[in-house]
Amino acid sequence: MVACAAREIRDGEVVFVGMRLPLIAFVVAKRTHAPNAIGLFENGVIRSTPAPELIYTMADPPNILGATQCLDMLGVMSLLQSGRVHLGFLGAAEVDRFGNLNSTEVRGPKGLTRLPGSGGACDIASLAQRFVVLLEHSKQRLPERVSYVTSPGNGDGSGWRQRVGLPRGGPAAAITTKAVLRFGKDGEAYLSSVHLGIEVDDVLSNTGWKLRVADKLVQTPEPSADELRAIREYDKEGFWTT
Amino acid sequence: MLKLLTMQEAIAELVPDGASIALGLQLEQMIPFAAGHEIIRQKKRGLTLIGPISDILFDQLIGAGCVEKVIAAWVGNVMMGSAYNFRRAVEQNGMRVVNMTNFTVALALQAGAMGVPFMPTRTALGSDVARENEFFAKVESPFGGQDSSQNQQESRGDGRSRPSVPSAAGQTGGGKLHAVRALSPDVTIVHVQRADCEGNAHCWGNFGVMLEGVRAAKRVIVVAEEIVEPEVIASDPNRTVIPGFLVNAVVECRYGAHPSPVQGYYKRDDAFFRQYHEQTKTKPDSDAWLERWVYGVADRRAYMNQLGGCRVDELGVKQHAYAAQADFGY
Repeated sequence: MVACAAREIRDGEVVFVGMRLPLIAFVVAKRTHAPNAIGLFENGVIRSTPAPELIYTMADPPNILGATQCLDMLGVMSLLQSGRVHLGFLGAAEVDRFGNLNSTEVRGPKGLTRLPGSGGACDIASLAQRFVVLLEHSKQRLPERVSYVTSPGNGDGSGWRQRVGLPRGGPAAAITTKAVLRFGKDGEAYLSSVHLGIEVDDVLSNTGWKLRVADKLVQTPEPSADELRAIREYDKEGFWTT
Repeated sequence: MLKLLTMQEAIAELVPDGASIALGLQLEQMIPFAAGHEIIRQKKRGLTLIGPISDILFDQLIGAGCVEKVIAAWVGNVMMGSAYNFRRAVEQNGMRVVNMTNFTVALALQAGAMGVPFMPTRTALGSDVARENEFFAKVESPFGGQDSSQNQQESRGDGRSRPSVPSAAGQTGGGKLHAVRALSPDVTIVHVQRADCEGNAHCWGNFGVMLEGVRAAKRVIVVAEEIVEPEVIASDPNRTVIPGFLVNAVVECRYGAHPSPVQGYYKRDDAFFRQYHEQTKTKPDSDAWLERWVYGVADRRAYMNQLGGCRVDELGVKQHAYAAQADFGY
């Protein structure tokens, strides 16, 4: 999942790195195929080298040491808003058919479950040229419609982002523990690849709507030796990647 | 007026019941935990908490019953996920939360800092965060849809290796904007590496929304690892992030940000955040945690003694990394 996320970063791109799993995806990309990628972090850090050791938060001292710049949030958010960020990475509790994200609250049979909230996720989803979301694959996590749009994806389909006034962007991929979903011109998700050892039916039956399948469905490429080495050297205890 | 106060004095004098308080403005770094714990010990009530990401400090203040309302982008335990007191307060007791995003917290404070009623932005258009939220209003740009950046077409010639970074021209999304309402906290509390006794403060690392939070506030408390001579601060004015005339109280408090990190002083105590997650899953467990780490210790010194010398040593700087000197001579 992390290797798969890392591959979404093209060499030389400016990447807005969200909290938790994206932190390691950025490091893996930097240490393998995208050595020239630039990382922007919402605390105000800009890095052109990966943090020298494992970090749990973007403000951990190794992410400050040797940074390109350490300033303020408004600075990096301004770069995001003015269109300088190619790719934004985020997590979410729920992702729906049109790539809208919920990380605020879920209402189920047991009542309200309050989640931590947007953080910078809504800003990244609103303003990056494209965004990628990482999450566990289950019916609960992938409902047909999220009950609360924390971070806007394609709304209710094609043209929605333009109608509401968003300047650009939208979801490029949802990388789950079972598969990679991508988004068609109509704004709807489709199954693009399945991870090694996962059956297509398993993916479809664990998705909260009738998921379309790509004409040329493939298997997600396995992590390369370099990617695995980068992950293991960095996350030695497997905190992020067990 | 002498500004150099003890933590106990600063909180007693500057944080009344019902105040709105901004803290944790540097995101996961330099969170003023010692100040938060003193607020809990003094049993302040009816507070409004303001911040982007508080890590677990907001959760502790909520668990202690100090909080009526939260204006924030994210409340939880950054490395572990949920924070249980926050969840209980919202799910069971209906605590008021104004959902923001990091950018819009920054903009609200920036508007407060600039003395204007709002700041415009394109973020959160179409998002439910902005719905029925007193901090957001939909507005149209009085200058139409295009912005000035269309005149700043790419001027850099290094496009060979880097995918082009387009200007905003031609993709500005028209004139639809959100106005984000100004926010001026009654009190902003920040933790820094060093300050002089007037509150002129040096800070290095990431700033998050500290600068806006200080400029927007009605009162400011600066907590510093060290109080130094004014000459030390004046020697490097580019590192002075807070001018002393905005500061009402300065508190010297070594380890005052633990378990969050202070660059050049101590690293993040990751185990402490994991333990907090394990030890606060129920209300009685959380009460026991507060009893042990807040009510049961008189001040930060007692708290650090309880943490133990070995652990404190382990958190200390292992390899110093000094910046090159800057010559301010002329």
